[in-house]
Amino acid sequence: MDALAVDGVWKYFGDYPALRAVTVKVPEGACLALLGRNGAGKTTLLRILANLSRPTQGHITMFGAPAKGDSFRSKIGYLGHGIGVYDDLSALENLLLFGRLHRIADPEAAANRALDRVGLLRVKDGLAREFSRGMRQRLAVARAFQHNPKVLLLDEPFTSLDDKAIAVLQQLLAEARSEGATIIMSTHQLREAMELASHVALLERGKIVHFGPRVEEMITDPTWLYRTYGEQGQ
Amino acid sequence: MKAGFVAAWAIARKDLQTEMRTRESINASSSFSLVILVLFSFAFDLEREAWLAISGGLLWMVYAFAGALIVNRSFAREIPNDCLDVLIASPAPPWALFLGKSVSAFVLLVIVELISLPVFGLFYRIDWWQHFGSVMGVLALATWGISVVGVAFSAVTVNIRLRELMLPVLLYPVLIPLLLGAMGSTTTLFGGNPDLTNITAALKLLIGFDIIYTALGVGLVEFILVS
Repeated sequence: MDALAVDGVWKYFGDYPALRAVTVKVPEGACLALLGRNGAGKTTLLRILANLSRPTQGHITMFGAPAKGDSFRSKIGYLGHGIGVYDDLSALENLLLFGRLHRIADPEAAANRALDRVGLLRVKDGLAREFSRGMRQRLAVARAFQHNPKVLLLDEPFTSLDDKAIAVLQQLLAEARSEGATIIMSTHQLREAMELASHVALLERGKIVHFGPRVEEMITDPTWLYRTYGEQGQ
Repeated sequence: MKAGFVAAWAIARKDLQTEMRTRESINASSSFSLVILVLFSFAFDLEREAWLAISGGLLWMVYAFAGALIVNRSFAREIPNDCLDVLIASPAPPWALFLGKSVSAFVLLVIVELISLPVFGLFYRIDWWQHFGSVMGVLALATWGISVVGVAFSAVTVNIRLRELMLPVLLYPVLIPLLLGAMGSTTTLFGGNPDLTNITAALKLLIGFDIIYTALGVGLVEFILVS
C-alpha cells in the first residue's frame, strides 16, 4: 500500500505555479529523496504534505485516507527549515509540550528517551537558548522523532548540522526505516541522501521530471541524476 | 474534543511559562498602563464626580491599549525558529491553538489589570472595590473579548512585516461595541450603584460579543493560519 499518494497537485502563488501537476506515490517504508535546485518546489510540496499550506488543486492521501486533519497530523513528524523549538523552554519542557500535543501516553518517559537518543539527556534542564547550534538541531530532531511517526517529512535535514548531529540523524532515520516508517526528505546533500534513499524524485520548476527507485549510478556520481533526467541535461 | 482542550491547556501553559521567564509583554503592558494612568491624573485637575463620570472610559481605554501589547506577542512569539509551523503540523486542532492563546492572553491581561487597578483607585479616588464581584465580572467578560479578538488578529497579522502597526488598526474598530459596554457598566459600578439591572444591557452585550467572537475565532483560525 502507498504510504502517501500525491495526485495532480498544483500550487499557485499569485500567478506563479510553484507546483505543476505533481503526482508521486510513495510506498510504505520507503525513503524518498526529493531533489531539485533552489526554487524547484521541494519546500512547497513538503509544506503541503505537512498541512502547512493548501494545494490549489489536487489530492493527497495517506494510507488511502485524505492527508489532513488531527488524525493525519498525529502520524507525521515534521522537521522544517526552522528548528521548531522554544528558546525559553528547557530541552525537556520543549519535548513535554510536543509530547502532550501528540497525545503521547507518558510524555515525560518519551521525552527522556528521545533526549537520550540524541545525547541531550545530561542537559535536559538547560534552556534551548543556551545550547550550541548543533545541540539545538539535535533537540529539533528529538522533537520530530519522539512520537514515532509513521511518516517523516524532513526539509533539508542535513543542512548546517555538525558531524555529530548528522550521525545522530542518520542513525535515527535508519532506525525509523527499520521500524517501517516512510521518509520524505528534500535535500541538496546528495551523498547523505543517496545513502538513505530507496526512491528519488527530481523536481524542476514545480514539475516532477523523474520519479523512481534509487539506482547505483546515483551513488557513484551525484550529478548523474541531474544530467540524465534534468531538463538542462536533456 | 477532550484532546483538544488538553492541547489548548498545553499551549496556554507554554505561553505563560515563557512569558513568566522573559516578562517581555507583561512588563511593557503593565508599565504602559501605570504611566498612562498617572499621566492622566496629573494632566487634568477634576472633581471626584467628574472623575467618576469618565472613570470607566479612562480605565478601558488604558486596558484596550495595554491589551494590544499583550495580544501582539501572542502569535509573534511563535515566529523565532518557525515554531508556528510545528504547532500547526502537530495533531493539536487549530481551535485548540486559538483557545490556548486566548487563555494565556486573558491571564496576562488580567494580571496587568489587577496591577493597575489599585493605582487607578489611588490616583482618581475611585472606590473600585465597593462592588468587587460585579467589577471583576465585567472585567473578566470584557478582557475575554479583547483576548479572543486580539488573538484572532494576531494570527491574521503574524506574517505581516508591520504587524505591530496593523494589529491596532484592525483591533480597535472591532472592539468598539465591547468597549462601550465595558465602559458604561464600569462607570455605573464605580458610581456606587449596586443595582445590576442598570448594567444588564451592557452585560448582555459583553456576553454576546464574547460568544460571537469566540465562535468566529474557533471556526476561522484554521483558514487564517494555513495559507
